[in-house]
Amino acid sequence: MNRFDYARPASVAEAVQAGTGEQVRYLAGGTNLIDLMKENVDQPTTVIDINRLPLNAIEELDGGGLRLGALVPNSDTAWDARVEQRYPLLSSAILAGASPQLRNAATNGGNLNQRTRCYYFYDVATPCNKRKPGSGCGAIGGVNRIHAILGASDQCIATHPSDMCVALAVLDAIVQVTGPEGDRAIPIADYHRLPGDEPWRDNTLRPGELVTGIDLPAEDFTKNYTYLKLRDRLSYAFALVSIAVAMRIEGSTIAEAQVALGGVAHKPWRSTEAEKLLKGQQPSPQTFSAFADALLAGAVGQGKNDFKIPLARKGIVRALKQAAEATPQSQTDKRIA
Amino acid sequence: MATAAKIGIGSAINRVDGVEKVTGTARYAAEHPVENLLYGYIVEAAIAKGRVLSVDEDAARAVPGVVEVITHLNRPHVAWTDHSYQDEMKIPGSPFRPLYDDRIHFSQQPIALVLAETFEAARYAASLIEIAYETEAHNTDFDVALDDEYVPKKKRSGYVPPKDRGDAAQAFADAPLRVAGDYRLAPEHHNAMEMFGSTVEWHGDGSITVWDKTQGSQGVHAYLASVFGFSKKKVRVLNPYVGGAFGSGLRPQHQVFLAVLAAKMLERSVRVTMTRQQMFSHAYRPQAVQSIALGAETTGKLTAIRNAATTSTSRYEDNMENVVTWGLMNYDCPNADAEYTLAQIDTPTSADMRAPGAATGMTLFEIAIDEMAYAAKVDPLEFRLINYSPIDAMNGTPYTSKALREAFREGAEAFKWSERSAEPRSMREGNELIGWGCATGMWDAQFSKTSASAKLSANGHLEVACATSDIGTGSYTVMTLVAADTLGLPPEQITAKLGDSDLPAAPVEGGSWGAASSGAAVQLACQAVGKKLLKAAGKIAGEPLDGAKIEDVLFEDGCIVLKDTPTVRVPFGDAMRAADLTEIEEEATAAPGFGDMWKGLHKSKNTHSAIFAEVRVDEELGVVRVTRIVDAVAAGRIINPKTARSQILGGVVMGIGMALHEETFSDHRLGRWMNHNFGEYHVPVHADIHDIQVIFVDESDPEVTPLGVKGLGEIGIVGTAAAIANAIYHATGKRVRSLPITIDKILE
Repeated sequence: MNRFDYARPASVAEAVQAGTGEQVRYLAGGTNLIDLMKENVDQPTTVIDINRLPLNAIEELDGGGLRLGALVPNSDTAWDARVEQRYPLLSSAILAGASPQLRNAATNGGNLNQRTRCYYFYDVATPCNKRKPGSGCGAIGGVNRIHAILGASDQCIATHPSDMCVALAVLDAIVQVTGPEGDRAIPIADYHRLPGDEPWRDNTLRPGELVTGIDLPAEDFTKNYTYLKLRDRLSYAFALVSIAVAMRIEGSTIAEAQVALGGVAHKPWRSTEAEKLLKGQQPSPQTFSAFADALLAGAVGQGKNDFKIPLARKGIVRALKQAAEATPQSQTDKRIA
Repeated sequence: MATAAKIGIGSAINRVDGVEKVTGTARYAAEHPVENLLYGYIVEAAIAKGRVLSVDEDAARAVPGVVEVITHLNRPHVAWTDHSYQDEMKIPGSPFRPLYDDRIHFSQQPIALVLAETFEAARYAASLIEIAYETEAHNTDFDVALDDEYVPKKKRSGYVPPKDRGDAAQAFADAPLRVAGDYRLAPEHHNAMEMFGSTVEWHGDGSITVWDKTQGSQGVHAYLASVFGFSKKKVRVLNPYVGGAFGSGLRPQHQVFLAVLAAKMLERSVRVTMTRQQMFSHAYRPQAVQSIALGAETTGKLTAIRNAATTSTSRYEDNMENVVTWGLMNYDCPNADAEYTLAQIDTPTSADMRAPGAATGMTLFEIAIDEMAYAAKVDPLEFRLINYSPIDAMNGTPYTSKALREAFREGAEAFKWSERSAEPRSMREGNELIGWGCATGMWDAQFSKTSASAKLSANGHLEVACATSDIGTGSYTVMTLVAADTLGLPPEQITAKLGDSDLPAAPVEGGSWGAASSGAAVQLACQAVGKKLLKAAGKIAGEPLDGAKIEDVLFEDGCIVLKDTPTVRVPFGDAMRAADLTEIEEEATAAPGFGDMWKGLHKSKNTHSAIFAEVRVDEELGVVRVTRIVDAVAAGRIINPKTARSQILGGVVMGIGMALHEETFSDHRLGRWMNHNFGEYHVPVHADIHDIQVIFVDESDPEVTPLGVKGLGEIGIVGTAAAIANAIYHATGKRVRSLPITIDKILE
């Protein structure tokens, strides 16, 4: 770990003022940043400890939504009675990730900004365009079991590892940020980005901007939802493929369905175009399969992760069934519903 | 006279070091407080093969707190012959010498050590070192290396060459039923909880004390003396607590070499620890492929076994394991042959990892056996009984004992195997197919020359000591129970000491020989103390024991008791006072062939187990859950049923990992392990573990070792992955011959 300056501002304004500069990092739970610093993957010159900022509450929004403070721990968010009752999909997705200890330390803002788990990104002896622009992508043609099948570029095939963000994508959350140029509200779909020619940029935050909260809209999908996570062991592993589904069923037809995939791309993968295939349809294996094909259109394997395409297809169908039948996946009983 | 239930061999007690471990007062190698300590951080090679052309250390040396950067260019003198580097568990070849020259033999090889006043400074400075390499073509792809498989000229100590019988080729060709295929195991890394670390205290008088994470303090002691030219009296190695090792600590690891090198060069105390990522820079279980061909009659009687295996090793040492012998020993079959070869890849030398050879060879063989049972349409358990061999079928020798038949019976009963529906894919609940499978496990019952001392004080306190290790296995508790049993003292009055090169000689702890060996030595030492006590009691006025001989007395509740007249009891203290003794200390050595330990010398000595597994497979999504395991173990006498059960539970959990999770991925272009962290190298977590039942089958075996103990450290893993793979077949009808069985292999 390199030597760095450390600041612990008392207000958001102070934090943002201190947060300008090339190698400045905000430190919240530290469950990812500290590891990256130990491995010399990230060597910030300044670390701004934001843990004392007043961003640690969950508040009601006008119009029926909730604002999740950026510094609220993942655990507190998942177990908050309002979140559990009104956004059970979000609770479920958070509880599918990491371990209790990590969820206690990790924050909502940090979850959004966690880095990929690509093997090459973490090993400074190997090439990685995300870590060291221009050094190449080790994962292409290398060990890529956990890598992207959608939206990748010839520069980077890393995935975003979050579970929480997959649920946020489905719930149409809004990320609240503040920065040198003032406050911004970024729809979750625009928050994370595909690697393209700039794989070092995980998201659309501008220099110095700080996530202050995540807004959940009033529409909550409390009955027909699921978070199905498929991974290399039954807990405490990042998703090979995960599927978040939020659905509204009226009578016997799907009035609305929103689906996002985790573990398959540089951001939670969603297609509002494909979702039109579900709207107004009866829940059926055929409908679900057609949707899965549409959502996975353009999926490409990298060799060792080819299996993710059929896995995702089958997982989507199962998750839609779970949601339609109102039998969401339990995160404690590991039997797949 | 009624006494409180005696605690001794066979008592299920808590581990005596439990409180120290759970309260954090048990200090591990990198935790011993030493003044004025320097911290070393290892710089690793980024390439798999070649030379170091230059090392730019300027930026590293400029970091505040950095004291030195050691490379092959500035290291102090070290031994230069291969012989000097050969440790207790030496492997034929040329042992790796850290920082010896500019050669790079494997990726992550240590090529520099940065010493600083803080660990953080050393670690950061290490990141600033720029190394220029000359690269050479490397190969880490085992499948490519297979083209150059070979039989090593010099065999490793302990290697058992397979013995052929009959004409297996012809019998296979003639067999009405045939099963043949290649069975594979991925490379695995040990990854014990405690990472390798060493603390070297520099005393300033040319002597050092080394706290090391090792399975053998005396092995490291001899290695350090040999490599650095220390007089043996000037080095003391301690490993009182070891946080698991699984075989990775059988040989001295490079951090202890580097720590002592730096201490010697800088004349200061030094600590070197490995990070979790660096735990992938040395020992690993070799990658393996085993070609198995079985022939049988339609009744299920085996007529041919052909078994050829290749495992991976480095370019510089021939690491051999006993991979192909197990099936030949265990099954009654008139025709059998086997071959074993190595293939070299540019990695560190592969190493013993829990049940080396058997965990690979027996496990893969038991998958093939299951295939043949289905081919013969015989219940897999019945198939194993049809082909049961009461003797060692490879060597034609009797076993000192083999209660495998009883293990199958008791295990099957506990598992309710008889309720199994024979057809694959015939049991289902919801989205899950249910499968039941079984397998046989086998390991050696070994016993190695070991010494121990016992010292009884007049206040009734007994200290037993032996240089063995407790790598989490329960050695402290075993020594305490054996001493309690032999001298009739409560465990609270006994202190067991181990993990110190100054103590009576013991080999590295491994091979499951620890309890049998240190237990036997402690028993002998305590018996010698008992004899001295009896002699001392003869000095008591009036001779209450009336000249009784050792066979006339027993030791109970701190007293010498006449067997025939149990009311006659002489407290130890009375006897010692009468003889004017403040303490009695005896040392003894137990070894095969000594005294009455010749028994069973010409017999085969093995532990056996019968493993039953239930899996539930969501076939569509490839998700496997191992919901039930019954492991019935025949391992002779059980010293402490509680820690013994824990040993088996640990072995079974590791077997579940072998079946479903553990695999180190190599990028063959870089020649480097890539998932070298606990996030991406998967071992089972709590959610993967369900019901595990351990049964110890009654097996009285006075011939196998002096205490009748066979050892338990390894048997729990052998065959477990096969039972799971076989259950997956029963559930799904899909035969996977390559471990681990990950989600993609079920989906295929």
